Amino acid sequence: MADTEIRSGGPPVSLYAAVAAGGFRRYATYRAATAAGVVANTAFGFVIAWTYVALWRARPHLAGYDLGSAVTFAWIGQALVATVALWGGGFQYDLDDRIRTGDVAVDLARPVDQQAWWLASDVGRAGFEVLIRGTVPMLIGALCFPLRFPSGGAAAAALAWAATAVSVLLAVVVSFGVRYMVALIGFWSGASSGPRQLMAVIGMVLSGLVVPLPLFPPALAALAQALPWSCVLQIPADVFLQRDTGAGLARALGEQLAWAVVLLACGRLVQRRAARRVVLQGG
Amino acid sequence: MAERSAERTTERTVGGIAERASGWSPGRAGSVGTGLLAYRLVAGAWLRSALAYRWQFWLELTGNALITFLDFAVLAVMYAHVRHLGGFSLAEAGFLYGTSGVCLGLADTLMGSTERLGDRIRDGSLDVVLLRPAPALAQLAADRFALRRLGRVVQGGAVLGWSLAALPVQWTWGRAVMVPLLLVCGTAIFCAVFVVGAAFQFWAPGGAEAQNALTYGGGTLLQFPPTVFGRELVRGVVYGVPLAFVNWLPAMYVLGRPLPFGLPPVLRFGAPVAAVVCAAVAGAAWRAGLRSYRSTGS
Repeated sequence: MADTEIRSGGPPVSLYAAVAAGGFRRYATYRAATAAGVVANTAFGFVIAWTYVALWRARPHLAGYDLGSAVTFAWIGQALVATVALWGGGFQYDLDDRIRTGDVAVDLARPVDQQAWWLASDVGRAGFEVLIRGTVPMLIGALCFPLRFPSGGAAAAALAWAATAVSVLLAVVVSFGVRYMVALIGFWSGASSGPRQLMAVIGMVLSGLVVPLPLFPPALAALAQALPWSCVLQIPADVFLQRDTGAGLARALGEQLAWAVVLLACGRLVQRRAARRVVLQGG
Repeated sequence: MAERSAERTTERTVGGIAERASGWSPGRAGSVGTGLLAYRLVAGAWLRSALAYRWQFWLELTGNALITFLDFAVLAVMYAHVRHLGGFSLAEAGFLYGTSGVCLGLADTLMGSTERLGDRIRDGSLDVVLLRPAPALAQLAADRFALRRLGRVVQGGAVLGWSLAALPVQWTWGRAVMVPLLLVCGTAIFCAVFVVGAAFQFWAPGGAEAQNALTYGGGTLLQFPPTVFGRELVRGVVYGVPLAFVNWLPAMYVLGRPLPFGLPPVLRFGAPVAAVVCAAVAGAAWRAGLRSYRSTGS
């Protein structure tokens, strides 16, 4: 009874801000892991960028990207892969463990919104990742390849940078929406490592990490662009490269926002059913 | 649940090894034979526990193989726009892709679990491993042995098979022998990289991801023709970290192509030597890491 009363009041926004700050600080303490991640992202960046150089030298302006944009696309992918946790991870490992061990029952008894709690922690994590793993490989890439940064006058460049920031934040939320539902599978199957790996590979290909989506055969490209994974990487990259401007930019950000809302709503629905299972098993 | 039962089986299994192997010292007991025996028994225990959930096992293996095919789609997508990449046709790139996938997949199946050494150092369970009367490396490599990782091998093997059929190569005995030799030596080199990566975690327990640059990053690198990459990068993986010996150099012999960037032609036959050197370096790194390990002290 007391429980429901607290819940109906809802915890203050400052609580979730504190959770997000905690997520940021927590990942900031993993210094060795961050350095290791930078090394891995940089290595992959070089490999993929070189393959793009070969491809775009043979076919200049393929899919509307010039060589500079294509190589930049490769490095943006590596800059964002940790931030948007394309391979799964972040809060997902914590929640997976808590579902497997049953600790999640304690979480459900807390007077907080589960989804908002994990989202806040993941946004905090992403904030740290973008700060280090998002910038260092990109800077190294800029030293070795002619990368294309937002251009076209101060106003246009500022708009592109601001739009990229919004787009990356929405990408993190969309990615969270997918990962949250994958983690919730654990309530039914007992382990969600299988679905997690599956999602990692699907996400890798359908987000445009390995090849920009417009390079796919037309039908497959249309399908990939209609799925949420395009919001995780392809759209932020195109926004940064100023391929989406004006109405196109608004449409791109709107698509991300729409997927974020849809996925979060679905997550809440699944969460409600999942929570009921816990009560049944525990009772 | 499966994991816990396998963990218990591991305890019993390794206890059995103690009886069979005479005279052990904690953590790094005895000979290569003891190591292989320990590996076989621990891996077998994990395999049995995985097979206890039979349909789940087959689902995961099939899913894994199917999903890794998406990975090949990337190469196919690139070749949909060009006939040659770095001067190599799709069939030739398929040979590189297939050999890279098979070698990395086999090494990952055999040795990939050593990646989790850092976790074991952090939660203290490495101490338990060291107390058991069997070589630590064998135990850690066989830990959570999962046949589903063979998915990458199955998929790489399929692409390799297709490329062998599609390649316009004049098959000689030398070339035919080179293909299996390449797979064995390439797997050995990747295994060594996994072990060096694990040994590195003795000093940097949180740094597991750095070795991805060499294992998965290396696997991706070797999927593409060497001519795609810069001269320095190629020379780096020949003379520095010898990943080029996994498939690039022997493949140039099979494909009947000259070595790029003026590399000496004899390197095409250097894979066995590189594999032995890598194994020796990995063994030394592992022993040095193990010696420097000081537990948590608590």
